[in-house]
Amino acid sequence: MATVVLDRITRRFGDVLAVDDVSLAVAEGELLVLLGPSGCGKTTTLRMIAGFIETSAGTVRIGDRDVTQEPPYRRNIGVVFQNYALFPHLTVFENVAFGLRRRRTPEAQIASRVGQALALVKLEALAQRLPRQLSGGQQQRVALARALVIEPDVLLLDEPLSNLDAKLRHDVRQEIRRLQQMLKITTIMVTHDQDEAMSMGDRLVVLNAGRVQQIGSPQALYRKPENLFVASFIGQANFLDGRPERDGAVFVTRSGVAIACARAAPESRSLMIRPETIEVLDPSATGTNVFPAILEVVTYLGSASELAVRLAEGDTLLVTQPSSPAAARRWTAGQRLSIRIDPESAVGILGT
Amino acid sequence: MVRGTRFPERLQRFAFQGTVAGTFVFMALPIALVLWLSFFRNEILSLPPDGYSLRWYSEMFAQRQFLSGFWTSLQVALLATFCGLVVTTPASFALTRARFRGREAIVQLLMSPLIVPAIVIGSGLYMAFVEFEVRTGLPVVGSTWGLAIGHILLTIPWSLRLVTASLAGVDRSIEEAAASLGASPPVAALKVTLPLIWPGLVAAALFSFVTSFGNLEISLLLVTPGNTTLPIAILQYLQWKIDPTIAAVSALQIAVVGTGLLVTNRFVSLAKVV
Repeated sequence: MATVVLDRITRRFGDVLAVDDVSLAVAEGELLVLLGPSGCGKTTTLRMIAGFIETSAGTVRIGDRDVTQEPPYRRNIGVVFQNYALFPHLTVFENVAFGLRRRRTPEAQIASRVGQALALVKLEALAQRLPRQLSGGQQQRVALARALVIEPDVLLLDEPLSNLDAKLRHDVRQEIRRLQQMLKITTIMVTHDQDEAMSMGDRLVVLNAGRVQQIGSPQALYRKPENLFVASFIGQANFLDGRPERDGAVFVTRSGVAIACARAAPESRSLMIRPETIEVLDPSATGTNVFPAILEVVTYLGSASELAVRLAEGDTLLVTQPSSPAAARRWTAGQRLSIRIDPESAVGILGT
Repeated sequence: MVRGTRFPERLQRFAFQGTVAGTFVFMALPIALVLWLSFFRNEILSLPPDGYSLRWYSEMFAQRQFLSGFWTSLQVALLATFCGLVVTTPASFALTRARFRGREAIVQLLMSPLIVPAIVIGSGLYMAFVEFEVRTGLPVVGSTWGLAIGHILLTIPWSLRLVTASLAGVDRSIEEAAASLGASPPVAALKVTLPLIWPGLVAAALFSFVTSFGNLEISLLLVTPGNTTLPIAILQYLQWKIDPTIAAVSALQIAVVGTGLLVTNRFVSLAKVV
């Protein structure tokens, strides 16, 4: 187990800056997720940590070693590839034993350690199978066992769930998380799936166009996104354009609605309100941040309903309300109601 | 797919099947003919046969030049195949895995024996060998090694095409996985990549062997009376006589190559590689 530190790493492909001055530190035993849309540089970053591609600038440190110039086979890393990259000509046992054989581990130890690793992923029974005789989920577990058996300083996961079907993905998500916490192994995972990132990561790094947008816990990124990209990439949100007033205690939208909010920075040009933080009240309700509105569209989603409501000033907001037997009947398009915006959940955002 | 039974559909199908059958016959006929001829009793090749006998096979074994020619061809073909693969496999790695200036030029250079007429290669080699002999006093012309060197040129394009095609089909992430597990590039190549391209190597070896074994033009200028290849022994025999001995020799050659193909096909499915 070790820390991983990226210090201002950059990668150019010709004229394209794939990764632009990225710095981050992964603590021992932490699961850090690199999250972003395709082409944001997350995989390139992971491949530089693994040593599959060189950095154009900056340093990569694993533990107290500067590995920037070290080839991957001297970095002591475990990698799980998107397509698993099992050795098709070797049995499950030999796939897992591969890294131990490269380390000249004695034969008796290989047998026991491979056995333990396969037990960890519950595949002892399939040790003599070839990869092509396994299902996708089983192949993925072999890949995980193969990466873990060498006791790497850091585990790198490149979109590990993207080739699994939706139901399996949910189980494997928890399985990987359980193993990672049990072994307390420093892990860096790449994904474009925000649910996956939120549910697995201790911390998330949101990347866009090769640059770090924000680093933080899933809660911090969801509740207090620092810019419009993060706010819109993670979860659903309403954005109202305008500017803060009274030292940021109130945000006045372009249409003239004054909304009390969590302290908005003077440069904020947009107010973010998550749809589930808006309360729906009777049309007669009054109080701070209560606004009369008209229900325009109702979309039933099963576990919740999505309401599009229009304020008197013309702004439209999306509101999600959990489904309840009573609520399901209550909404009809065109009806009058009031909404209350929680000031703590209304966040000023830089950029528009 | 349901194929339909209207007249144009049936006509199309008939035309297609006819073409396939015709092509097969066209390809197999010469082989069948040679095998048939080798059993004729006639002294001079003519149809219909007077009767059948095995005398040409015993005749073939009585003629020492055929057996020694066969032996030389076998040695040269094995040497050329082996050396060709030893040279082209690393070259294929470099050409598929690395991007560098002059890559295309090197590919063209290695493929050039297919473009340059073999007789020209033979003449060029002959002159170079003679020059080499004059300077060093070492015998090259007429030696098995001299022949093999010429034939390596023939095997290189085949090996290169087949091995690079196989390598291009190997998922790079499998090699990266090997590297992440502690395998240096030579170890990864040996333990992972080579086993994966094994069918391609076998196919390359087979094609190289067949090309070398049947080659006439390059050998023509590099053999000496005591040390001839089988195709040249056949050619020389044909200058004096046309009797079914030649057919028997050819049958032997077909048997060798055919056995090679069948045996190989048991280990790797050639249809998948070529």
